[in-house]
Amino acid sequence: MTTPVSPSPTAQASSFDLAARFPNIVSAETRPNFKGWIVPKENLVEVATALRDEFGYDLLATVTGVDYFPENKMEVVYHAYKTTGGPGLEFRVQVPREDPVEVPSLIDVWPGVDFQEREAWDLLGIRFTGHPDLRRILMWEGYEGHPLRKDWKEPFYEEDFKPFKSRWPDGQFHLSEEKNPLQDNLKFPQNFDPEKWIPEGDALLYGSLARYSLKNEDGLETDRIVLNMGPQHPSTHGVFRAALTVEGETIVGLKPVIGYLHRNHEKIGERNTYIQNMPFTDRLDYFNSMANNFGYALAVEKLMNIPVAERADYIRVIMAELTRVQNHLVFIGNLLNDLGAMYTPALYAFEERELILDIFEAVSGARMMCNYFRFGGVVRDVPDDVMQKIKDLVFERLPAKTDEMDRFLTENEVLVSRLQGVHVIDGETAVKYSVTGPVLRAAGVPYDIRRADPYSVYDRFEFDVAMRSHGDLYDNYLIRLDEIWQSLRILQQAIKQIPQGPINSQKPVYQVRVPAGEAYGRIESPKGELGFYVVSNGKPNPWRYHVRAPSFVNITPLEQICLGTKIADFVALFGVLDVVMGELDR
Amino acid sequence: MYGRGILKGLSVTWKRFWDTYIEDISWLLRGKKRYYTEEGIKHRSSADTKGIFTIQYPEERLILPEEARYVPFLVYDEKPDGTKEQRCTSCGICAKVCPPQCIWIVRSNDPNTGRPIPEPTEFYIDADICMNCGFCAEYCPFDAIIMDHDFELASYGRSVYNMEKLLKPASYYKSIRPENYERNDAERKAKEAAKAAKAAGASAAQAAQANT
Repeated sequence: MTTPVSPSPTAQASSFDLAARFPNIVSAETRPNFKGWIVPKENLVEVATALRDEFGYDLLATVTGVDYFPENKMEVVYHAYKTTGGPGLEFRVQVPREDPVEVPSLIDVWPGVDFQEREAWDLLGIRFTGHPDLRRILMWEGYEGHPLRKDWKEPFYEEDFKPFKSRWPDGQFHLSEEKNPLQDNLKFPQNFDPEKWIPEGDALLYGSLARYSLKNEDGLETDRIVLNMGPQHPSTHGVFRAALTVEGETIVGLKPVIGYLHRNHEKIGERNTYIQNMPFTDRLDYFNSMANNFGYALAVEKLMNIPVAERADYIRVIMAELTRVQNHLVFIGNLLNDLGAMYTPALYAFEERELILDIFEAVSGARMMCNYFRFGGVVRDVPDDVMQKIKDLVFERLPAKTDEMDRFLTENEVLVSRLQGVHVIDGETAVKYSVTGPVLRAAGVPYDIRRADPYSVYDRFEFDVAMRSHGDLYDNYLIRLDEIWQSLRILQQAIKQIPQGPINSQKPVYQVRVPAGEAYGRIESPKGELGFYVVSNGKPNPWRYHVRAPSFVNITPLEQICLGTKIADFVALFGVLDVVMGELDR
Repeated sequence: MYGRGILKGLSVTWKRFWDTYIEDISWLLRGKKRYYTEEGIKHRSSADTKGIFTIQYPEERLILPEEARYVPFLVYDEKPDGTKEQRCTSCGICAKVCPPQCIWIVRSNDPNTGRPIPEPTEFYIDADICMNCGFCAEYCPFDAIIMDHDFELASYGRSVYNMEKLLKPASYYKSIRPENYERNDAERKAKEAAKAAKAAGASAAQAAQANT
C-alpha cells in the first residue's frame, strides 16, 4: 500500500489510497484542513460502488451540498462509514455553479441518499440525475429559488452576517416587519397570483404514488384510496403528513410529506456566529438538547483543534446519557400512547423525565433549551447539591423506575401480541437506507458510534452495545429498555470517575476564532447518528452549517417499512422510528 | 399463565395508586403539610418523591433553581444618597452576542469632547424575539445584564422592553440569585481594590517623584 499524498494524514492514516485504486480519476483533497477525496462526477457511481463493495463502506451517513459562491463552484460532500466501526471516509464532487448543477444520484448504490439528495436539490438546487423522485422535500413544489444558495435572501433579510450593524452603537429600535414589509421581501415565481394559485405539488405527490397501481390477484382493478394521515394527527407526533394509498386496510403506497415546521435552520446557522448557533441547536431535537449541543460542540472543536477540559468531558457524558434515559422513557410512554394505552405509561415516564429536567434546569438554567455546552467545555460547573441529586437518581431511583417500567409493560400480553412479529426493518435494508440508532440495533446491527468511533471519553467506560435481532416492534421496544440500562451503567461509572478541575479549556469569549477548513462531528444521539458538518472560511460566521438529523434520515425507508402492513400498524411503525419534528423539518 | 403479565402491570398501577395515600397519611402523622408548603413542593420534586407528583400551579409554584433564566433585565446600584447608578457601560457585547439580535443599544457621545459616555441612552430588548439563551448575561463584563426569574410574560401586544421596564435594583438581583451575586460582588470588590491600590501606588510614585 502506498502512502497517500495528502495534506491531512490523519484522514487517511487508517484508510487507504483511493487514488491508487482509481489512478487519474480520484485525487486527494489539497486545501488545508480539508479531508477526503475529490471524485469527478462522471466516475462518481463507479467509485461509490467500489467503496461499498470493495472497501466495505456500507453506511452512507451524509450527503450535502456546499455553495462556494465566490469560486463559482458547487460541491457535494459524502461521508461514508463502515458498520463494523472505525473512522469514516469523505469524498466530494465539484461542479461549476451554472444552472443546471448536475451530479449523478447515488440512489442505486446507497438507497439511503434518497431524502438527503432531495433536500440538497430543494435547498441548494443541485440536480441529481437518475433520482427517481426528485421533488422538493422541505419547501413546497412551485417555490421560487433555492434557499441555501448564498445569493438567496430570506424575508426580513437584514444583513448577511450577525451581529447586525443596526443594533449598536446606534440601536434605533424598529420592528423588522415595519422596515421590511413582507411583500417587498419575497420572491414569487413569474405571474404568481396567490389568489389564483393552486398547489401543483399535490398532483406530483399523488402522481408519485400512482406508481403502485397494481391489479389484484384476480386481474380485477380495484379502487385505491389515497388517504392523508396528518399533518394534524395525534399519532404523527407533530406536523407530519403521510400520503397513503390503501387497498382496504393494507398500505400499498406511502409518501411522507414534511417541511411544515421548516425554518431553514441551516441558513440561520450560516448567518449566526459560531457561538450563536449553540442555542439554536437546542431547538432541533427539543427532547435532547444536551445531545444536540454535544454534536455541534464536537464539530466546532474539531475545526478549532482545541482540547476539552477533562471534567467538562465527564459532565458532557453525564448530561448526554441522562438525556438518553429520559428520551427512551418518554419514547416508551409515547409508544404506548400511540397503541392506545392512553397516558398512564406516558405519565409514569414523564415523572422521571421531570426529575432529569430539574437537573438540567439547575445546571444550565433551562429545562429543555439547555444551551449548556461551550467550545472547550461547558458553561458552568455542576454544583454539589445537584451532583448529589444526580447520584440519587442514577444509583437509586432510575434503576428502580426502569425496573418498574419493565414489570409494568414488558410481559403484558396485550402489548406483546400487539408488538411481537410486526416487522419493522431487517438489518441489511436498514444499513442500505442509512438508518442509525436504536432502530438499526434492534434489527441486529450492533452499530453504536459511542463504540464504533468513540468520541469524548466514551472509550473509558464499560458498556455493551444493546442489540436485538428480530427487528420487530417488540424488539424496538425492548432495545430502549436495554439502552436505558446501559446508559445507567455509563452514568454510574462517570459519576465515580469524574475528576475535579476546570470546566473549560478556553477563556470565555463571545466570538471564537475558527480557522478555515471543514469538520464533521457526530455523536450517537438517542435517535441515531447526529452529525454537524461545518465549513469555515476563517470569518466569524460559518460558511456552511449542515445538520445530519437522525429523524430525517431514519424516515427514508418509511415506505419500505410500511408497504403491505395494515394501516393500524402504521401508527406504531412510525412511532418506533422516534422522530421529532423540530429535527426532521429543521 | 396467560394474563400474568397484565396482572404484574396492574400491580404497579395499584401500588402507585396507594402511594399517594400512604404518603399523605405519613405526612399527616408527622404533623407536616405535603401540599401548599415549600417543604412539600421540595419533597415532591426530589428523588424520593412517591405518589402524586403534580404541582398545582398557580396556587403552588415550583422552586426555581438559581440558574433559571428568562428575559434579562439591567442592574443598577443604589448609592447611599439615593441615586441610581447603572452598571451598563453600553459596550455592546450583549447586542453583538445575542443570537436572535433582540438587543438594541443607543450609545451617546459627550457633546463637548465627542467621546462615548459609558452609559446607554436607550436600551431595548424585544422580549418576543428573545430566546432566553443567557448569552448576554454570560458575556457581560460588568454583570450589568442578568437573566430574570419572572416567567409570566404573556401579554396582548408586542413586548418591547425599554430602559424603564428593564432597570431593576441590585437588591433584586441579590434576592433571585444570591450565590451569583455574592461571587460577582466579591469579584467587583477585588477589582476595585486592585484599581485603588494601583491608583494609590501611582499617586505615591507621583508624590515621590514630586519630592525629588
